[in-house]
Amino acid sequence: MSTGLGDNEIISKVLGGEYNAYAELVSRYQGYVFTLTLRMIKSREDAEEVAQDVFVKAYRSLADFRGESKFSTWLYTITNTTCITFLRKKKLDIHSLDNEKVFEVADSKDSGFKANLVEQKSRVNMVNQAIAMLSPDDAEVITLFYKAEQNLEEISRILGIETNTVKVRLHRARTRLKEKMEKNFSEEVKNIY
Amino acid sequence: MNQEQNIEQQLWAYIDGVSTNEERSVVEKLLQSNFEWKNKYRELLEVHQLMSSSEVEQPSMRFTKNVMEKIAQYHIAPATKNYINKKIIWGIAGFFITLIAVFVVYGFAQVEWTSPDNSNLPIDFSQLSKVDYSKIFSNNFVNVFMMVNVLLVLVLFDRVLANKRKQFQKQA
Repeated sequence: MSTGLGDNEIISKVLGGEYNAYAELVSRYQGYVFTLTLRMIKSREDAEEVAQDVFVKAYRSLADFRGESKFSTWLYTITNTTCITFLRKKKLDIHSLDNEKVFEVADSKDSGFKANLVEQKSRVNMVNQAIAMLSPDDAEVITLFYKAEQNLEEISRILGIETNTVKVRLHRARTRLKEKMEKNFSEEVKNIY
Repeated sequence: MNQEQNIEQQLWAYIDGVSTNEERSVVEKLLQSNFEWKNKYRELLEVHQLMSSSEVEQPSMRFTKNVMEKIAQYHIAPATKNYINKKIIWGIAGFFITLIAVFVVYGFAQVEWTSPDNSNLPIDFSQLSKVDYSKIFSNNFVNVFMMVNVLLVLVLFDRVLANKRKQFQKQA
């Protein structure tokens, strides 16, 4: 049930007391928010719980959205902080780009993925699996850029870092993704190049 | 940074469309003439297209319903700018600025401004060490300072309670 209204118009309606209009915003962005939380948190159950929290937080602070940025950018900022809080509670160190533990955890999943390789040959599956092997930091920046349609300036606002740092992070994340694909899906990658 | 990394970085900027016009024309020339650049570009473009083709994951069917049920228990909080009283912030800032100004004026008042005959300097800096700090931090001074702080805390507390009372009346 799409109303065809812009995000800001829906927000005005919700602020005006039409609380049910918020459902349209939820269905519009649930896929993006869920993809982002899933790629950072890695567990489907937890990701769904966190994604719901994101929408509840966004609803409660809706009066603070001033429309200076896109609603999606504002929503992903909330997603980012909520995921970080969740991961901190889970005592996962997500800040180091060279966090070996995260990579070990990701690599330990490789055997499981390899078992499914025969069945899942499609390129899309391969990319999704390779992204799942990345650290939360890398997966987040790639998802924001490619799936959430955020440009470098918007990502810098969401993550609270400089645009140049976003560029470097994105470059590193892509390099690592490429390495993961070459390591775990060498046959498929050969067919692609 | 090695050469390959440098090539990749420039090509990614070109693919993402964030390179300058000058950089673009340099990359385009290299892509036409250099085999290594051409190959790398094709490889990175494939990765770029693959990443763009990755799917958006979908949560469970009940997701929207769950969120709507959860938010039904809450109200939208008033905008932050509405309940942060700027007068209080300005009041606190004013207090500290006044305090610093009083210290500076008092400090300067203690300085002997006339220079001794054998010195070319307009101010005798040796006198600065003779400022009588014991007067500043006398018991009376500390007492007055503490009283002003207590008064400010009480005013602040009163404001917070008054705001809460207003909010409660509004909700009622």
